[in-house]
Amino acid sequence: MALLKSNKVISSLGSISPALGVLSTRYSSWWTGVQMGPPDPILGVTEAFKRDTNPKKMNLGVGAYRDDQGKPFVLSCVRKAEALIASKQLDKEYLPIGGLGDFNKSCAQLALGADSEVVKSGRSITVQTISGTGSLRIGANYLARFHTGPHEVYLPKPSWGNHTPIFRDAGMQLKAYRYYDPSTCGFDFKGALEDISKIPEKSVILLHACAHNPTGVDPRPEQWKEIADIVKKRNLLVFFDMAYQGFASGDIDRDAWAVRHFIENGHNILLSQSFAKNMGLYGERVGGFTVVCSDAEEAKRVESQLKILIRPIYSNPPMNGARIASTILSTPDLRALWLEEVHGMANRIIKMREQLVAGLKSQGSSHNWQHVIDQIGMFCFTGLKPEQVERLTKEFSVYMTKDGRISMAGVTSGNVGYLAEAIHAVTK
Amino acid sequence: MSVFWEVPLAVPVAVFKLTQDFNNDQFPKKVNLGVGAYRTDEGKPWVLPVVKKVEKLIVHDDRLNHEYLPILGLPDFRSSASKIALGDDSLAIQEDRVGAVQCLGGTGALKIGAEFLRRFYNGTNNTKTPVYVSAPTWENHNAVFSNAGFEDVRPYKYWDAEKRGLDLAGFLGDLESCPERSVFVLHACAHNPTGTDPTKEQWKQIAEVMKRRKLFVFFDSAYQGFATGSLEKDAWAVRYFVSMGFEMFCAQSFSKNFGLYNERVGNLTIVSRDADKLKRVLSQMEKIVRTTWSNPPSQGARVVAVTLNSPELFSEWRDNVKTMADRVLLMRAQLKAKLQTLGTPGTWDHITNQIGMFSFTGLNSKQVEYLIKEKHIYLLASGRINMCGLTSKNIDYVAESIHEAVTKVQ
Repeated sequence: MALLKSNKVISSLGSISPALGVLSTRYSSWWTGVQMGPPDPILGVTEAFKRDTNPKKMNLGVGAYRDDQGKPFVLSCVRKAEALIASKQLDKEYLPIGGLGDFNKSCAQLALGADSEVVKSGRSITVQTISGTGSLRIGANYLARFHTGPHEVYLPKPSWGNHTPIFRDAGMQLKAYRYYDPSTCGFDFKGALEDISKIPEKSVILLHACAHNPTGVDPRPEQWKEIADIVKKRNLLVFFDMAYQGFASGDIDRDAWAVRHFIENGHNILLSQSFAKNMGLYGERVGGFTVVCSDAEEAKRVESQLKILIRPIYSNPPMNGARIASTILSTPDLRALWLEEVHGMANRIIKMREQLVAGLKSQGSSHNWQHVIDQIGMFCFTGLKPEQVERLTKEFSVYMTKDGRISMAGVTSGNVGYLAEAIHAVTK
Repeated sequence: MSVFWEVPLAVPVAVFKLTQDFNNDQFPKKVNLGVGAYRTDEGKPWVLPVVKKVEKLIVHDDRLNHEYLPILGLPDFRSSASKIALGDDSLAIQEDRVGAVQCLGGTGALKIGAEFLRRFYNGTNNTKTPVYVSAPTWENHNAVFSNAGFEDVRPYKYWDAEKRGLDLAGFLGDLESCPERSVFVLHACAHNPTGTDPTKEQWKQIAEVMKRRKLFVFFDSAYQGFATGSLEKDAWAVRYFVSMGFEMFCAQSFSKNFGLYNERVGNLTIVSRDADKLKRVLSQMEKIVRTTWSNPPSQGARVVAVTLNSPELFSEWRDNVKTMADRVLLMRAQLKAKLQTLGTPGTWDHITNQIGMFSFTGLNSKQVEYLIKEKHIYLLASGRINMCGLTSKNIDYVAESIHEAVTKVQ
């Protein structure tokens, strides 16, 4: 009797004081051993920025485009496409596992070029994915299951922070090849070639198609040619990540040049595309994953396996963004408008780069800031050291990631002068 | 030599192949009783009137943009979706121990939950914990859990083919004999594919054993509102388990009850022991989401959040859901009546006893083949039919065809 009662006593003690209730095993938890996950370094920057009350504060952390007023930018072609779609009164039936067919076709053509032999012969398969992340993940899962070479993916040093955990979670191992040269804030071409020439045959090499994230440093065409040659010699499987087509130079064909060169050069590549930045469709999660195969029959087999991979993750992809992207790409005047707008976004970034450097010069900075102009795309690897970054944040409320990366999209004509002042102050 | 020359051609997913075959069929009286999506009495997809209304609001709202959602999703969506499952008056929610992850459909919610369990449940990276799914179950359950890394996905007894009902003794037997801490995937209501749900009393028995044997409760709730027409009635089992103090997951889908199939709107509701553990669980969920899809799509979640948070729109939604549920109930009643009138051999009570979109007709694979080949009526080899595929125009043809199949083919 006493034992039965004691349980009740403990339970009622628990309702008075939780600590006492811990004695009762009736209230144990499955999750006692779950650790707090580390905060996302990039999102952490935005959190801190939000809390800052300094009116001059600048958020140069996360990579989403901002207009010259520092506001999110919804492209006109997107609004027009949305209105068009709304007028069609479409149903909401499930998409096929591989996504919206029209989108997949347009997506492939955008990357490879409408007159691409690959597109014409049908020897590639493109599936709609959950933006760039989803595309990389499907690609990683595909490699883990079907790649007959070493399950090692070589990333440039540095690369987008999320590449490593994506491939790792899919079961692939990560290695690196030299890429960024901190002494020049530019491309370590020699180092890259040296490292790539030592990669074991049939390994996977990941290349950023344009606007390298986080450095903004891209190889020049002649350099791409040499890379393509050595990758061929080493018989490596090429996985291109193209998240910024159009966004880098403002010209979609120019930004896809490396991808197209590799294909012409005989590489049957894997390709991830994102429409988050170049169409401003971030939250709609629009992307594609493409496998270039030897022929249409092989493409069919690969497609069937991609579907098997996709189904147990999310069954089939979301419609809204893909429908918008597809409408834009296949409606001539919307496509033309889009090209203009993407050109506009790229141009504003380029202008900000120039104004920042001009600003630093006029502040009297003795450093060489040429790399700010040479680098391309949304991000700039300033070359600032962690202590300097910390000072920028603490003393000037300029928020960026510790590696010295700034998102140029967060710079406006209204704040570029302040930024130049701040950077000069911590580097003089 | 291609890297992929060895990649084999995979077998297509049965239910989609069925629809493909249906689409290719030229027979004028063809009927698709395969894939699980609602159809009107005209046999057409139905975009809910409230959804049309809200989508218009969204398109015309210039304050809205397409920025990234947080990794865990739209906060208003997550909280209102969890409330739908657990109830407005949920104590667990008031106690701050309920959290959620916006996911891509019900599938996505199951996936994220499965990935979390494999990493953190019953030890770290425990791939050996058995995961039990009902026999039969939605065919994708197996793949979701095995792809998440679980090595041991097994069936628990559920459907009694002879009785055409729930095999409660078998179910309870499996609950008693399975390894402690096994994971059980339970269908919250409108069991897919059988349409057979435990009664309240039976749920109570199931819960008692699961508590005693320390089994993990993972609800799959894809049809809330769709089964009886009442959100509350359809959530009874989930809420009962929460009231019994379980720490549990509930994968919610808004594909059917909002008709938002292709916008991939789902929610993984997490009920934890306390707020602190919930925080840690959610932080780890974020890491899983980040390498799967980074952050979820905004359109569908916005539609649901706007609807659930406006009393007027919420009420309209309830009506839309009831419309769908009522039509299904009507088709059930009529199909059974017609089969009885025709004198079709066997008992057909299960047609009206079963609940939700699907009915396990009890037809065997030969009879199913007959229906497909001879009568151009498409259903799954298991004998599962989607009641939504029935309309006032085709129900006679379907009833007569079933009668033929049962009398001609054994």
